[in-house]
Amino acid sequence: MIASLLAQTGQIPAPNINYRSIPFVVLAVGAMAMLVLRALSNRVPQWVWTAITILSALVTLVWSTFLLNDLVSTGPREIMMDALVVDNLSMIMALAMCTSVVLTALVAHSYLIRERLEGPEFGVLLLLACAGGILMAQALDLLVMFLGLEIMSIPLYVLAGFHRRRSVSAEASMKYFILGAFSSAVFLYGIALTYGGTGSTHVLFIRSYVSRVLREGGHSLAGQGVLMAGMALVLVGLAFKVAAVPFHQWTPDVYQGAPTPVSGFMAALAKVAGFTALLRVLGQAYVAVRESSPDALVSNTVDRLPWPWIIMALAVLTLVVGAVMALVQVDIKRMMAYSSINHAGYVLVGVAAANQESFRSAAYYLLTYTFTIIGTFAIITVVSGPGDRLHRLESWRGLGRRRPALAMLMTLFLGAQAGVPFTTGFLAKFGVILAAARGEYTLWLALVAMLVTAVSVIFYLRVIMLMYAAPKGEAHAETDLEEANAAALAAAEGRRLYVVPTATWVAIAICAAVTLVGGIWAGPLVALVDRISI
Amino acid sequence: MNALAASSALAAAAGGLDPGASSWLLTALILVPIVTAAVVVLLPASRPEAVKLVGLLGSLATLGLSLAVLFSFKAHEAGYQMTEPKFAWISKLGIGWQLGIDGISLWMVVLTGILFPIALIGPKIHGDVKSYVLWMMVLEGACMGSFVALDLFLFFLFFELVLFPMYMLISGYGYGRRAYASLKFYAYTAAGSAFLLVGILAVASRYASTSGGKWSFSLPELMTTPGISGSIWMFVFFMVAFLVKVPVFPFHTWLPDAHTEAPTAGSVILAGVLLKLGTYGMLRFAINLFPEAAVRTAPIWMVLALIGMIYGAIVAAMQKDLKRIVAYSSVAHMGFIVLGIFAFTRQAGTGSVIQMINHGITTPALFLLVGWIYERRHTREIAKLNGLWKAAPILGSFFLVTTFASIGVPGLNGFVGEFLVLIGTFPTWPWLAGIGATAVIFAALYMLWAFQRVFTGEPDAENSTTRDLTWAQRLLFVPLIVLMFVMGIYPKPFTDRIQPSVDAIVARAEGAGARKAPAVTRSTQEAHP
Repeated sequence: MIASLLAQTGQIPAPNINYRSIPFVVLAVGAMAMLVLRALSNRVPQWVWTAITILSALVTLVWSTFLLNDLVSTGPREIMMDALVVDNLSMIMALAMCTSVVLTALVAHSYLIRERLEGPEFGVLLLLACAGGILMAQALDLLVMFLGLEIMSIPLYVLAGFHRRRSVSAEASMKYFILGAFSSAVFLYGIALTYGGTGSTHVLFIRSYVSRVLREGGHSLAGQGVLMAGMALVLVGLAFKVAAVPFHQWTPDVYQGAPTPVSGFMAALAKVAGFTALLRVLGQAYVAVRESSPDALVSNTVDRLPWPWIIMALAVLTLVVGAVMALVQVDIKRMMAYSSINHAGYVLVGVAAANQESFRSAAYYLLTYTFTIIGTFAIITVVSGPGDRLHRLESWRGLGRRRPALAMLMTLFLGAQAGVPFTTGFLAKFGVILAAARGEYTLWLALVAMLVTAVSVIFYLRVIMLMYAAPKGEAHAETDLEEANAAALAAAEGRRLYVVPTATWVAIAICAAVTLVGGIWAGPLVALVDRISI
Repeated sequence: MNALAASSALAAAAGGLDPGASSWLLTALILVPIVTAAVVVLLPASRPEAVKLVGLLGSLATLGLSLAVLFSFKAHEAGYQMTEPKFAWISKLGIGWQLGIDGISLWMVVLTGILFPIALIGPKIHGDVKSYVLWMMVLEGACMGSFVALDLFLFFLFFELVLFPMYMLISGYGYGRRAYASLKFYAYTAAGSAFLLVGILAVASRYASTSGGKWSFSLPELMTTPGISGSIWMFVFFMVAFLVKVPVFPFHTWLPDAHTEAPTAGSVILAGVLLKLGTYGMLRFAINLFPEAAVRTAPIWMVLALIGMIYGAIVAAMQKDLKRIVAYSSVAHMGFIVLGIFAFTRQAGTGSVIQMINHGITTPALFLLVGWIYERRHTREIAKLNGLWKAAPILGSFFLVTTFASIGVPGLNGFVGEFLVLIGTFPTWPWLAGIGATAVIFAALYMLWAFQRVFTGEPDAENSTTRDLTWAQRLLFVPLIVLMFVMGIYPKPFTDRIQPSVDAIVARAEGAGARKAPAVTRSTQEAHP
């Protein structure tokens, strides 16, 4: 029997693996190397693990940059039996994801030592999650996309529960895992239905199927219930990963419970990967269909294909719920979780406008958000203090006096997220809102997004205000909880709180530099995302 | 960079009107405060006096630059001046560093230049001096940028940038309810800006679609966009932002809170400079882009302005807090300016701009005086203040002159502006002008009543020991008094520069169907000094 199985293997077409075009293997190799090294020796210092993590990510980064440069002359190409693609979108997002690994590894280095969680596992999980994210970005086949999603998600579940001695961390991990597994199942079921509707799981095939139906089948997708349901479920799966309302409930709990550097990493990586997949699917199944249709069809495509309306509804919900819920939080990590939901709303605005330009603006948003959010969580890591406990907003009171430089940088990051001019955050928001204002049916969305900005400013400013507020003694205590927190703060201060390790400084400095310089010298980053085409 | 900017300022001031140097003046106006802010960041926080000195030097250099702008400005010319050099910034969207100045923004720039050094050294600073000076300098750069930007994107950028440092100043250095007031200030104005940005984007994409995909945010180019002149909704989107900023009734509720809780310097800048951004934005952007819509909706804004004037006066009369009186008087005065703008006549428009300058001098002066009273008596409650004149005659006389200027006593600046607005509004909107005239009387009522309660009579024990102004404070205040008299007695240098720019706007409005004032007769010309 085994012999007959072996005989059959010859008939299965083996893909011709083009290793040159899949830089993420370096991440996997780096992860394996660390595990092997761990098995060989017990006495490897922490900096070696960090170094290997950063090195693997940097090699991938450089490799992706080379591929990106080649693309100018060769153009995008499908590889591995068309399952993957090397194009500007995937490579630029790979850069963002690798950067997030480098920055997180820098921040986590001293965090792991501080919390006595040393070992290679953290780095291994970072690398694997990133490899999954890049695979997702490169995937053309929905099944491969699912593979990437799982390779990314499972390390993230583990990372969320990495702080073994904090029960909230385990709780976060469990919650994230159960809901995440559920959403993966929904995603997979969506793929199955899509396959049932179109006969393929390949996005390019889905695209040609949709345009054929539009052209021949009475210009309507109304009869395509299976395809519709399938695409809707795929959308739900991805919306869960990017934390779009109403699939966001896990976010505040997980962000709060996860080790602080991991919260930043999740916010960056999962959003970038999830949105890239969303751009890929929608770009092919909608934008490409629309732009390649004969003129008579273009004007009415919107009415026939419901995706933009669904995305618009998601965008409005995500924007409003994220901003309003963030207003009432008293825990900085929960607040940042809702803030990240709010940011997902802005990216969705760019997605909803559904054209080449708007997808570029969404990509720019993701690219710059990576730096702001990791920088923000790096500072939160420092302020959280030993044990990763001081998360209440009250812990930030008076930081401006004790640590002026840190407070100034936090002000920069929060300002950028609020959309203060001359930061990348402003240009990012401007980009998606411009995209929405240009679309004939999304102008109202631009106004909603701008009004939400005015609301979201309030909760960022609250933190800034606390940082520069007078110490507790001069103000009046509001609740017992806050007093307890202040007491913990005072006790922790005795143990030299807010020591910023060098590696963390480097990470914060990189994030701050990109946020500020990119906001003023806007050309290079804008030119980079301008290369993206669907 | 600082040295470079300063040297170009010197060159412009000394060598007169060397075109090469003066063309960089506007850019330097923005960069000098920003660079000063960067220098302040690098200074140690433990040396507050050094930080303050650097800030003062930076703001004085900016004042020098703004005076250089004033002297190299060509009077009797309408168009935008000093529009070179331009730089592309985000060339894909036609966004660029494009600055320009006309007879209206010229005075706003000079006003900003004068007020910042005074605000910086006038009041005491309670708290961390370093970040205070830092935010003041960022604020100055942002204000200058808003007043000289010709590119709508750039304008919006600076318009937004103004909010953040102002917020930091109120929330960090204000009085009791500063957290609430500063958030309210930010949220209100940011919500207004939301409409502005969408309006700007709508205009720009309309331009792009009519010019074959070429993008531009430059005001002179966007003014040529076909079909937007009568777009009511775009105009209203622009106006919402400016109405909140002015603020016009019913968008004014943030103002009394912000003013009352802001530190004195914050109030000075808020009243003197920030409120002007609203009326300035109407003149430069909203009306220029949408003259037809502006003309058609003008009665709405004029009526709102009138309601604001009367409502502001009544509410001001009832306040118990001296600072709140001044704050509500701002609502009334700014309403007057809006009334004049939408009358669309030469006199009313010129009067409005004059009144913008007046309000930018007298109201900051009043806030400064109130701040100094507070420093001495630690209260601003009128009931607790009395007979201050006996104890502090100089303070009292300064307050009296400023009050007179504010209520429009002839010979002082307030009279010129109010008179021009009324005489310019009368030919086109006689009823509204009539109601507006009564508001002037109200203003006299509440300001003089406040003066009477605070300064006249016999002081009680607490008030009788109030120290008078120090010599430094007197010296600081004298320039403001001088300006009040100069503008009141000889306003010609001001009107010479303002009028051509106002004429251009009025011509645009009349081209779009505004009511025409009867041909300028001899008598009105005399009224117009």
